[in-house]
Amino acid sequence: MTYLPIIGIEVHIELKTKSKMFCGCEAKHFRIKPNTHTCPVCLGLPGALPVPNRKAIEWCCLIGLTLNCRVNNESKFDRKNYFYPDLPKGYQISQYDMPFCSNGFIEITTEEKNKTIGVTRVHMEEDTGKLIHIKDTTLVDFNRSGVPLVEIVSEPNINSSQEAVAYLKKIQQIVRSLDVSNCDMEKGSMRCEVNISLKAEKDKGLPKYKVEIKNINSFKFVKKAIDYEIRRQTEILKKGELPIQETRGYSEKTSRTFSQRSKEEAYDYRYFPEPDIPPVKIFNTEINQWKKGLPELPDDKKERFIKIYGLKESEAGILIADERKVKYFEQLIKLNLKPDQYRELATMIVNKRVNIDKFSPTSLVDHIKKQRVSKIGDKNILEKLVAEVLLKNKKAVSEYNAGKHEVLGFLLGQIMKKSNGRANIQMAKNILIEKLKQPA
Amino acid sequence: MDKQKKLSINQVEHIAKLANFHLSKKELSKFQRQLSEILSYIEILNKVDTSKIKTTSQVTGLENVFKKDRVEESLTQKEALSNTKSKQNGYFKVKSIFE
Amino acid sequence: MKLNSLTIIETITGLKAKKFSTLDLVNACLDRIEKVDQQIGAFITVCKKEARDQAEKVDNLIKKDSKVFSQKPLLGIPIALKDIYCTKNIKTTAGSKVLENYVPVYDATIVSKLKRAGAIIIGKTNLDAWAHGSSGENSDFYPTKNPWNLQKVPGGSSSGSAAAVASDECLAATGTDTGGSIRLPASFCNIVGLKPTYGRVSRYGIIAMASSLDSIGHFGKTVEDVALILSVTSGKDKFDATTSDEAVPNYSAEIEKTTKKKLTIGLPVEYFGNGINTEIKQAVRKAAKLFSEKGFEVKEVNLPYTKYATTVYYIIQPAEVSSNLARYDGIRFGTKRTSFGDEAKRRIMLGTYTLSAGYYDAYYLKAMKVRSLIVNDLYKAFEKVDLLLAPVSPTLPFNIGEKTNDPLQMYLSDVLTITANLAGLPGLALPCGFSKSGLPIGMQLLGLQFSEELLLKVGYQYQQWTDSHKRKPIL
Repeated sequence: MTYLPIIGIEVHIELKTKSKMFCGCEAKHFRIKPNTHTCPVCLGLPGALPVPNRKAIEWCCLIGLTLNCRVNNESKFDRKNYFYPDLPKGYQISQYDMPFCSNGFIEITTEEKNKTIGVTRVHMEEDTGKLIHIKDTTLVDFNRSGVPLVEIVSEPNINSSQEAVAYLKKIQQIVRSLDVSNCDMEKGSMRCEVNISLKAEKDKGLPKYKVEIKNINSFKFVKKAIDYEIRRQTEILKKGELPIQETRGYSEKTSRTFSQRSKEEAYDYRYFPEPDIPPVKIFNTEINQWKKGLPELPDDKKERFIKIYGLKESEAGILIADERKVKYFEQLIKLNLKPDQYRELATMIVNKRVNIDKFSPTSLVDHIKKQRVSKIGDKNILEKLVAEVLLKNKKAVSEYNAGKHEVLGFLLGQIMKKSNGRANIQMAKNILIEKLKQPA
Repeated sequence: MDKQKKLSINQVEHIAKLANFHLSKKELSKFQRQLSEILSYIEILNKVDTSKIKTTSQVTGLENVFKKDRVEESLTQKEALSNTKSKQNGYFKVKSIFE
Repeated sequence: MKLNSLTIIETITGLKAKKFSTLDLVNACLDRIEKVDQQIGAFITVCKKEARDQAEKVDNLIKKDSKVFSQKPLLGIPIALKDIYCTKNIKTTAGSKVLENYVPVYDATIVSKLKRAGAIIIGKTNLDAWAHGSSGENSDFYPTKNPWNLQKVPGGSSSGSAAAVASDECLAATGTDTGGSIRLPASFCNIVGLKPTYGRVSRYGIIAMASSLDSIGHFGKTVEDVALILSVTSGKDKFDATTSDEAVPNYSAEIEKTTKKKLTIGLPVEYFGNGINTEIKQAVRKAAKLFSEKGFEVKEVNLPYTKYATTVYYIIQPAEVSSNLARYDGIRFGTKRTSFGDEAKRRIMLGTYTLSAGYYDAYYLKAMKVRSLIVNDLYKAFEKVDLLLAPVSPTLPFNIGEKTNDPLQMYLSDVLTITANLAGLPGLALPCGFSKSGLPIGMQLLGLQFSEELLLKVGYQYQQWTDSHKRKPIL
């Protein structure tokens, strides 16, 4: 009996707007003194009312567009009602049946295979406050309350932990290219919830249960958590039982998931349209403007690097996965060098043979030029160098003459060392071989 | 008579839980009675044909009301915490919640 | 002449002419409160020190520059605020034990506006807790009494504000009207009460009851006074996304202009049915006759979906209430949720139920659809008439304790006022006579959105022809 993992992922992205989603408080909350970026609105004080941040909505739609979604012409906000200490109003302003974006997809690559993962919807909501647990108290900080969050919901057509990680990495890449979020799993500006169940081969339709895994803060742990869950659920199913529908957390210590039943399963959120915020109408003219203004997406950039600069697929892939490296490479492109030089430069950057923090793009190019130009091509100088090296390495010379021709490499190395890497290798090699042929 | 009431005690308990209320047995019973009566009265809406009618959730006709992405002054920490006695080091303090 | 029994217009004239000082005026109100409020229970908080300090500041301002009146249209006017308006550093309770010690750290937008216009906050008035009620008996602290007959209710939920103005404890007072909570107490207390168009006046800083129905309005002794206050409170607010950017007319100037056009007044047949007290119907018909004699065309109109209005209201309102009161969890402010009174608990539970899974479609969604039908009724009627004229309450002010055991009965008192809230339309309640037993009877004029100018104009004219609004209770 084989089971197919059915995985759906919800990603929450914290936007890096200046102010919060529904008020003017500064959105920064990392390492800020507690409860110093709050106001009646995000603190949920009596009488306060929300007014939506236009930029946040725009950025949500941009994310939707980069994920090939349709931006809906009509949307609204809804209230999601539940009680929790980090939720000051007792409801979260979110979107229920009319999200800003829907019906998208992204392409992922795992082990050279391409796959399309569906994106059901992309919508806006507000973040909650932060809870800190100390012994037998819980402390609450509302600095994060009201920060804009974009939620991206995938179709449940992810079928392995590798695909899940590839999906997450792709989302991160795309969102970072828009520069609307730092999208950092470790710092919490990108969070994910994994829904996973197993489907028996013979079964039609989706499994009758779903396990939600929350609070995983790195791609590495996402993979481990999913792999563990697949094993755990397989064992239960093999016994003929059904895994309990619940929320689970992941423990880095034990590399296992564990039950977190403090929240209700299948909670009744009693969604209804948010009466304090008028509906949002987005016209096609605006959507088209946004489309035009989108930056080049990672996949398109990769294509461009391969086609125009002749980069290898693998190297192009590694390059675009690192924002700093990409920026550096783009700056090199601006210097209008010869096309084949870019291939070499890309390899150097990818293989970390150059410290891009130390060398600015222009100074790197200069440095390489110098190395080439100042290559010692003067036969006389080279002959002198070779002679010196042969004199100092009599043992190696005897070994060469005894038939150990691999010593040539060592001798060449000595010549390069003595010339501080400036010797023209080919010429030096020729001279060396000549000299070695001659009797001492 | 319990049978004629629209709501069972269990339902009332469930509603109270969703509403974050802890009700006594007496209160549960009282609300069961009162809510059932009100709900029976509300049944008359079933007589109205709304098959082709749109909902009215907003009467202003307003659309696209936004604010700029600009930072405004926040409350001070003192002001934010001024209406509770349960605080610690600038945080609000609540009974422990097991995560 | 007792200064506290003046109207705002008379007061401004007196202040400008230096006949008395603001401090005299404030003291007169405070003395009156001291004398009668023990019986009436209109106030929860009296801001003695703050009001006197402010009065002195105002008097100094006036001494320095008498032109300051043109910049501050309510300069020196003692106004009371329904204790559902957040006032910075002044206790705000919403009439509930949950907030019995709550002190807001910010002012509601309207409070800021009134202060900037020079008004003096004399105190916070009593109300049905959370604005849940039509009689004033649901206050968690003590019930307010009707100054006309202390055995009777003053109407609610803005009970204290109405009673305070009626008994000359202040010159004007603010309120909220979600299902009639300004118009009903205005009628029971023989004063003018205005429910503006939804979105005309900012709700920011006013403790929310039902977000799509709450209308922010006020009470005054005359239509002129009410018009003046509306000029100050109206307008778009960047903190309230549901406020309109419709221009704010100079209401005070407009009301004195006569309309060239012949106006038509509609009498909704369904509002004069068998369930309405006979004396009330007679009084309102008498007013209709007067309008007719003065050149208005008066005709009957139909609002067939009226019979569903109460039901629709009591699904939508509690649903929004249940969500709006979720923030009272005792963590950042307020006491625990067990402190909620019965009526609040009842409405929260009702709202939670009608929004819950499996019931949302049958109740909330259905109600929102029938709401469309009710709103449509009104707009159809307004194609034929300029204004509607109707009674405000089906009953005369009733005895304290008479309806408290039957929540459903209490809900039915709202039947005549609810439709204006469901449609977001403005309503002006005016005194129009007295019952044989000496109890006030009120009527309401309803208009299309942003027709306050028309309502106030017609109301002003009515008050030129009649004088029941000039009578005062004997205390």
